[in-house]
Amino acid sequence: MKPEIILTVEDVNKEFDGFKAITNLNFYLDRGELRVIIGPNGAGKSTFFDLLTGRTKPDTGRIVFGRSTDLTSLNEFEINRLGIGRKFQTPSVYVDHTVFENLLLSLKGPRGVFAALFHRTTAAQRSRIDELLGLIRLGPKRDLRAGQLAHGEKQWLEIGMLLAQDPQVLLVDEPAAGMTDEETHRTGELLISLSGKHSLIVVEHDMTFVKQIAQDRKVTVLHQGTLLCEGRFEEVQANPRVREVYLGRGKAHK
Amino acid sequence: MPNTSDTIVIRRGLLSRIPANLELGGVIMAALVLVVVIPVLNVLAPAGSALHISDFSINLYGKYLCYAILAISVDLLWGYTGLLSLGQCMFFTLGGYALGMYLMLMIGKLGQYHSDLPDFMVFLGYPRLPSHWVPFRHFWFAAAAVVWVPGLVAMVFGYLAFRSRIRGVYFSILTQALTYASCLMFFRNDFTFGGNNGLTDFKFIVGYDLRSPATQRVLYLCTCLLLFATYGACKWLTRTKFGKVQRAVRDSENRVLFSGYATANFKLFVFVLAAVIASVAGALYVPQVGIINPSEMAADKSLEAVVWVAVGGRGTLIGPVIGAIGVNALKSWATRAYPDLWLLILGSLFIFIVLFLPGGIVSLPARIASWRRARKGGPSA
Repeated sequence: MKPEIILTVEDVNKEFDGFKAITNLNFYLDRGELRVIIGPNGAGKSTFFDLLTGRTKPDTGRIVFGRSTDLTSLNEFEINRLGIGRKFQTPSVYVDHTVFENLLLSLKGPRGVFAALFHRTTAAQRSRIDELLGLIRLGPKRDLRAGQLAHGEKQWLEIGMLLAQDPQVLLVDEPAAGMTDEETHRTGELLISLSGKHSLIVVEHDMTFVKQIAQDRKVTVLHQGTLLCEGRFEEVQANPRVREVYLGRGKAHK
Repeated sequence: MPNTSDTIVIRRGLLSRIPANLELGGVIMAALVLVVVIPVLNVLAPAGSALHISDFSINLYGKYLCYAILAISVDLLWGYTGLLSLGQCMFFTLGGYALGMYLMLMIGKLGQYHSDLPDFMVFLGYPRLPSHWVPFRHFWFAAAAVVWVPGLVAMVFGYLAFRSRIRGVYFSILTQALTYASCLMFFRNDFTFGGNNGLTDFKFIVGYDLRSPATQRVLYLCTCLLLFATYGACKWLTRTKFGKVQRAVRDSENRVLFSGYATANFKLFVFVLAAVIASVAGALYVPQVGIINPSEMAADKSLEAVVWVAVGGRGTLIGPVIGAIGVNALKSWATRAYPDLWLLILGSLFIFIVLFLPGGIVSLPARIASWRRARKGGPSA
């Protein structure tokens, strides 16, 4: 049986003041899939995430979540509520809040003003946060302010905040940036363990990391806002056009 | 758009934390002094003794406390939500006008022209009371207007601004423009609010003589009460999840937005709440000061309120109170001792605080403690 498609991007174009950020992009993500997107700087990876999360609207084309939910008419928080979570390139956590509070604010639940005014944290929510703290290995630092965490820890916290929302799709932008080799490896394992239950798109530059999480999965190469090729990591790596635009510039040794 | 809000609003880690027991102790002490000691000394200590607090002083303190409430409302926006509003005095003045209208109508025939109409209407040749003035004969109507008029203005302005995602300096400039435009409007004689003279010469409030020290004492006590109520309500608010979202919006609005919160609604709620708080403070200010005119909403007044908050310590609730009272006490003294230098003093104070004490006065204890630690640890290490 063919797996269900959870994200459909068809013939999408986006221009900024005459600069074509995305050109005729077609992209499909299966439910439970882990997809890695690579591409040189300016390939349109961030714009692609912006389009998926409602930050910018495509000039033309369709972006559909699940069977029929049109994402182009929704804004950031509406798309998030559907179950699409995004981790930013630079870790974006609430620096003045504790690690615990960061997760509490991210937990799935009502998002309205009055719900927030009269919110009481339940025991179930506490145990869910404890669980997440264990997963991202920040249990001992739960009462520390997020601003005091190391860069890699902030990355983990943001991943934890994403998981707290229990999204169907996770969009992860350069999760390994600023991490040690060991942390990077652990991040890779975590992302792999999430696939299946969640669908993931990971944008990454670090080729060792890409190789680790891609394994036999499909890798997408973006170049100048359009899809250059798709395939297994080895195939992509061997593709002469990919070598020319991307690997040839020495990024592979990063 | 580059993240302009970070540069003008909060530099990370500058927010001071006041130990909870110290804050509670301070608040109880302040309550004792303001609510018990000062009125008792006013009534019981014989005039001329060193302990006596004059009626003039009570009046002055009442004015400071109104400013302190205004400062809390500025900080609720600036220190807690990252919205640097430079138009908070507009709401303060609107509240003042709403109650001032009632006070004008209570003068009755005791005005200069011995007419039922307020003096400025006789002077400007109004045939009768404009219809929107009529219900202000009732105290309850005026009191309600103190809440809903600024609340409505804030809701409309805030809805449009936040829906259009106006942030950072752009928001500050817009709020400044709003108060300026409103100031110009109130300056006009045909706007029916007394033009540049505003409303003044009040005589009675709910039947009590405003010129009697006893009435002024009660107004002073009401101001104290409102200050503590505002403090308590804001304290509660900052502890709720709402307060956490509020500060999260300040530190990383995108993260909040991409976590499913409609940040515009949260900002709108705070903006309206702050407007109402400022307005109620303005309404209490007017019967104590005896006049309200459009210069109260001139652009520089709102800037001054921001300076109070910066000096006291933004992102805390007692910082703005200390800042408002401290700077205004300084102003009362300086404008008498060195009338020409006041603006220079205020400007220098602001620059000094921004450069050397970014957490404001309330961050001093923590600063001194860490300095002491460093000095102790220094030689032995």
